[in-house]
Amino acid sequence: MNEAATPSQRLFRVLVTVGPGGLWLLLFVLLPSLLVLLASFLTRGPYGELGPPLGLHNYARALEPLYLEAFAQSLLVGVWATLLSALLGYPLAFYIARHPKRDLLLFLLLLPFLTNFLIRVYAWLVLLQREGLVNALLGAFGLGPFPFYPSFGAVLLATVYTFLPFFVLPVYASVERLDWQLLEAAYDLGARPFRAFLHAVLPQTYPGLFAGSVLVFIPAMGTFVVADLLGAGRVVLIGNLIQQQFGVTRDWAFGAALSVFLMGFVLLSLYLYARIQGERGLEELV
Amino acid sequence: MRRLLSLHALLVYAFLYLPLLVIVALSFNESRRGVRFTGFTLDWYRALFQDPRVLEYFGNTLAVALVSTLVSTALGTLLALGMVRYRFFGKELLRYLLYIPVVMPDVVMGISLLLLFAFSRELLGFPRLSLLTVILGHITFQLAFVTLVVRSRLLLLDPALEEAARDLGARGFQTFLHVTLPLAWPGVAAGALLALTLSLDDFVVTFFTAGPGATTLPLYIYSSVKLGVSPKVHALSTLIVGLSAFFLALGYALSRRRV
Repeated sequence: MNEAATPSQRLFRVLVTVGPGGLWLLLFVLLPSLLVLLASFLTRGPYGELGPPLGLHNYARALEPLYLEAFAQSLLVGVWATLLSALLGYPLAFYIARHPKRDLLLFLLLLPFLTNFLIRVYAWLVLLQREGLVNALLGAFGLGPFPFYPSFGAVLLATVYTFLPFFVLPVYASVERLDWQLLEAAYDLGARPFRAFLHAVLPQTYPGLFAGSVLVFIPAMGTFVVADLLGAGRVVLIGNLIQQQFGVTRDWAFGAALSVFLMGFVLLSLYLYARIQGERGLEELV
Repeated sequence: MRRLLSLHALLVYAFLYLPLLVIVALSFNESRRGVRFTGFTLDWYRALFQDPRVLEYFGNTLAVALVSTLVSTALGTLLALGMVRYRFFGKELLRYLLYIPVVMPDVVMGISLLLLFAFSRELLGFPRLSLLTVILGHITFQLAFVTLVVRSRLLLLDPALEEAARDLGARGFQTFLHVTLPLAWPGVAAGALLALTLSLDDFVVTFFTAGPGATTLPLYIYSSVKLGVSPKVHALSTLIVGLSAFFLALGYALSRRRV
């Protein structure tokens, strides 16, 4: 910052600026993560307390079919939510970016998103229940009532609903930076609209597409609230299992092992993302 | 093609707003059950404001949000400044630690903090799960977001401005107060607003770190919703939607102010 600063002045400045926040991160981010790792090797005592013996038993248990199924379900929710978000969000990002009132459209996109997460999920419960609005509308046509809730479909719908803006925003950012001259060039060279889009537009939006996918996939896989409210016990995801271990079941050691699994999954998908996007991609995620 | 895109956008926006409109409409509905609109009433709002518990939970939510936002904004601004200006031992580690709260599913954040507090209570005798632990948890995820937002703002600033201040004889702290902070201000404000919104919205971290007597509005909404549909929750949700709109508009207005 300053050539005139002596080493001790510099150290003082680093300590004053980075010190408090850095210490906080060490105490409340690094240490807890290490504790989760530690707890995952411990054993649950008769009163739910953690203690020796140390071992891999919690991980072995997490590989039982019952739990693997929850993992598979979470993966399924993550993948489906990402695909549906792409289907809804990708064209929308183009529409917003090309619209003269795009600031207003962005505002309208973010407003529901900033409404309390629980309320957004709850609204779907109101819509999808047996005497809810969807069944009332279908009833007017002599259809139903259908048992939309609780179900996997209801969980998926609310997941897409709650995380859709996470997909639209990064895609929007890449569409805004798009070089449209490439599209014109493609047309000049005789490409039909579809091919022109495929070769001149789509590749330019890959960064946004990847970022959006990661941002939807990770929270969709990791949440327990949506499945809790709209799956009502019938849809059990990895997040629900973790919550149960730290709640009613009180097997923190096993819950910690499941969390390490989930963290591993998140880190793996981020690693793959970084491999595709390069180190800078990770910065742009935030 | 353009028409198709417009139709698509219209449908997506309808999808985004339908649930909220239903909630708002139902909050004025006389009928306690079902979605048939039987008449306009403000009874649910009245019941809400007369419920002392709701007022208490609202107070808790606000207290947590204000304290945690203040602390995280102060720490985050300093941290961002230090990370942009200086090289130091452990900087890479801090950079990765900043990403963890952003990318980790909140359930993992929640249980890891719960474990921290449990171990600490076992070894040191404190803290008890309470509003304090909720605040500590909120600061943790807010800190990461504030730092990243402020940092991206600081990276845009022209270092020549600070050099000029120093050439004119300003000392380190004076430069920070009179040059850096005013220039970084929109970033700091945006970071603080983001932190505030995240805190008001948070359910999962609060769920794991709250003790008895530390109920916040999201916790109350969750427990009411688990019991079934309630018009009081509709009224509360409508108020929260309005408040979110207000904060979003404010943040939007602030972010439009450029350097």
